[in-house]
Amino acid sequence: MSGEGGAAWVFGENIDTDQLAPGGTLKGSIEEIAKHCLVRVNPSFASEVKPGDFVVGGRNFGIGSSREQAAQALHHHGVAAVIAPSFGGIFYRNALNFGLLVVECPDAGRIGEGDRLTLDPVKGEVKNLTNGESYACQPVPAHLLEIVEAGGLVPYLEAIRS
Amino acid sequence: MGQTLAEKLIARAAGKDSVKPGETVTAQVDLAMMHDSSGPRRFEPILERLGAKVWDPDKIVLVSDHWVPAVDAQSAQILDQTRRWAFANDVKAFYDMVGICHVVLPQGGHLKPGMFVVGGDSHSTTGGAFGCYMFGVGSTDMAGVLVTGETWIRVPESIRIEWKGKLGPGVCAKDINLALCKALGLGGAEYRTVEYTGELIDDLTMEERMTLSNMAAELGAQAGLIAPDQTTASYIRDAGGDPGEIDPWQSDADAEYFASHTFDGSALEPLVAAPHSPANTAPASSYEGIKIDQAYIGACTGAKLADLRMAAEVLEGRQVASRSRLLVAPASRQDMMAAQDDGTLSKLMAAGAVMMPTGCGACAGFGGGVLHENEVCISSTSRNFQGRMGAQSSKVYLGSPYSVAAAAVAGEIRDPREFLNGS
Repeated sequence: MSGEGGAAWVFGENIDTDQLAPGGTLKGSIEEIAKHCLVRVNPSFASEVKPGDFVVGGRNFGIGSSREQAAQALHHHGVAAVIAPSFGGIFYRNALNFGLLVVECPDAGRIGEGDRLTLDPVKGEVKNLTNGESYACQPVPAHLLEIVEAGGLVPYLEAIRS
Repeated sequence: MGQTLAEKLIARAAGKDSVKPGETVTAQVDLAMMHDSSGPRRFEPILERLGAKVWDPDKIVLVSDHWVPAVDAQSAQILDQTRRWAFANDVKAFYDMVGICHVVLPQGGHLKPGMFVVGGDSHSTTGGAFGCYMFGVGSTDMAGVLVTGETWIRVPESIRIEWKGKLGPGVCAKDINLALCKALGLGGAEYRTVEYTGELIDDLTMEERMTLSNMAAELGAQAGLIAPDQTTASYIRDAGGDPGEIDPWQSDADAEYFASHTFDGSALEPLVAAPHSPANTAPASSYEGIKIDQAYIGACTGAKLADLRMAAEVLEGRQVASRSRLLVAPASRQDMMAAQDDGTLSKLMAAGAVMMPTGCGACAGFGGGVLHENEVCISSTSRNFQGRMGAQSSKVYLGSPYSVAAAAVAGEIRDPREFLNGS
């Protein structure tokens, strides 16, 4: 398998914030929470995901609580982007605020476990290097991409306030 | 063309005459509500990094409700940091361990129709019951609001949900929510705004309207709006607030909706959502025979005074089944005191209920009352995601306070109407 792009970790529909950041772990640090991220649905995810990998979900990815540790835990693991047909609205905002790319992609279901992917968020295209397919996705709106490119809302605010 | 209530509320906050769905605007925030879990412990480091002060401490309502009372050093630290931040920043509307934010906020008279409000919690949709545009945000978004007093919003399309008819005995707003979760699907609103309307909604008390707007979150809606009326105004006046104007905050007759749904409440029966989704809903009677270890009356969704009264109606003169337990965590101190004054608490305790502190409690796996492996619970809360209330293999059924109380008495899920006088 090519080392290009990032590997896809594929999850189903309605991945909720309790699966991303379980309530019982929220008292702890993000390092601690990240160890529990998604392990209820895939026990090897938190220990084996590599920086630059992609998380691919079904519809409603990140539905549930407003706890931003759900997005922060994925960001902590160095996930390049979350690709799903639709997102929980609060999760979507939280992810961008951490500089984690989230893209709406109707064809996300065509991506297989371990497929190598690349993403162009401006053009709105996911390329699947494993099967040669490419999928159209919603381009990330320009004002939100600015926040992501700054590294998240806090560095973004830091920059515009200085 | 006319405008929906959502469009009018967002346009006002954005300083525009009108807005259209899809447009992204910057809105001025009238009020920011936050709690101990999403609050100072998360955004204080951000404010320090930015060297920023809060834009207006009088527009902040801070409520410690998640990690209360402290059960260990970590939760005690969170609560201590919350208090210190409130005092240091001169936040006058700080509610420490007196109830759940979504209930304390209106009970404190803080909401007024027409306001644009952000809340650091997903069930902030509850404020929509008062004709406010209120929605949940994460802590970093909240930090942005605290520094700038504004936030961005993409104007959502609206979904009109009309309810006709009248609810029968033993049927309540919680059953409406579960019916809607089934009809639209979990997250089915896809971050549009839902607007509840119709003669049945007009007849609901504010507490029941709050229950309805609360679970707009489970529909995946950004907000769950109910246009204000005299019921809204008198609640706000009783809470010591100012209801302001009501007329500007109604949808126009020719407003455009993404979709419209009409339901008949007269045909609605008590519903229960099976593990692990609020949309996994069927009549309570179809789950008859499912044994429960724990019955839980709690949360912003299911432990207000009206909810406690529903449970008491079933429990009066009865006992919790010998192999089951009933835990009750009232939504606020005000609700608890009112339930004491009218005899509701005595009925609950005489039936064997274990009274818990006011707060979010076991709903999200915080506080007392969480579940062991394989335990089965029926709960008046809003979510039954796998593992949310404790162990991964525990199972949570959602139902109205009537249904939870009936299951507590029977030791198994039953149609609560069997336990109501005169039915």
